[in-house]
Amino acid sequence: MKTRHLVPLLVFAALAVLLGMGLDLNPRIVPSPLVGNSAPEFSLPRLEDPARRFERSDLLGRVSLLNVWATWCVGCRDEHPLLVDLARSGTVSIFGINYKDQYRPALDWLRRYGNPYVTSGYDAEGLAGIDFGVYGLPETFVIDPQGNIVYKHVGPLDPAVLEEHILPIVRSFEGASG
Amino acid sequence: MKALGVTLLLIACACPAGATVFEPREWSDERHRQRYHDLIEELRCLVCQNQSIADSDAELAADLRRIVFEMIEGGESDEAITAYMTERYGDFVLYRPPLTPFTVALWAGPALFALIGGTMLAVTLRRRRSREDAGTLSAADRQRAERLIAGED
Repeated sequence: MKTRHLVPLLVFAALAVLLGMGLDLNPRIVPSPLVGNSAPEFSLPRLEDPARRFERSDLLGRVSLLNVWATWCVGCRDEHPLLVDLARSGTVSIFGINYKDQYRPALDWLRRYGNPYVTSGYDAEGLAGIDFGVYGLPETFVIDPQGNIVYKHVGPLDPAVLEEHILPIVRSFEGASG
Repeated sequence: MKALGVTLLLIACACPAGATVFEPREWSDERHRQRYHDLIEELRCLVCQNQSIADSDAELAADLRRIVFEMIEGGESDEAITAYMTERYGDFVLYRPPLTPFTVALWAGPALFALIGGTMLAVTLRRRRSREDAGTLSAADRQRAERLIAGED
């Protein structure tokens, strides 16, 4: 008889644990089917030099970061100094996709806050962004030397994400090539 | 009462849901229009996750609606359009995700809970009924009880 009275308590405890775990999840992070697969083909005019193009083949041969950014994106402004520092340290090549932005303000933005990108593709229509499954800026992809997406981070980068997730991947490829 | 009315009005103004964005589309075939509306109701917007791309005002939703429109007019099948979306955004974009080990709980959950609830209901009802049966008195018992109450014994 006594154990029967414990049942509601146990059900409650189980539910509390389950819901507590749920609180820890971020529903905005949607697992991307692209991670582990080849990066999609794209060809965009370069922001700094629209006569030239930035294509998937430019990413090959070394591990790189592909950062999707825009001047209207507040999170991009937050993470920008970190990208500038990372580029300056020479740890990894950073490429950009300037997503649904305006041409002039984007160039001014880079001039004002520094340009960490080897180059940025100007994706005015956002079609390259859609091919990369972009849904919330900023987004950062880690792309291996063969052009596969090995990791994706949605939201502004911070030192912890960089140190725990991104740099270990980058280093693993450096070790392999050098 | 008046305050309640005002509050309701404010709530009504704050929820643009259902007010599907007006986008003029030129259709080559009336059936395409129907397929378009069916499809955009079935695709989830990744920005406003509780809205379909038909309902969402997000820019990405507008882009995806345009892609659906162009693919339909370009002669693509519904399956090809759905595949296009899931290749980029995963099964998450589908309001009706396919049955996989990952979504088994989602599909089986409601039936499981209905089963548990139904069993509990059946057990409770049966128990209550047997208790009621035990409580009925035979005519002789009733007479005896009435005598006892009246204090004859």
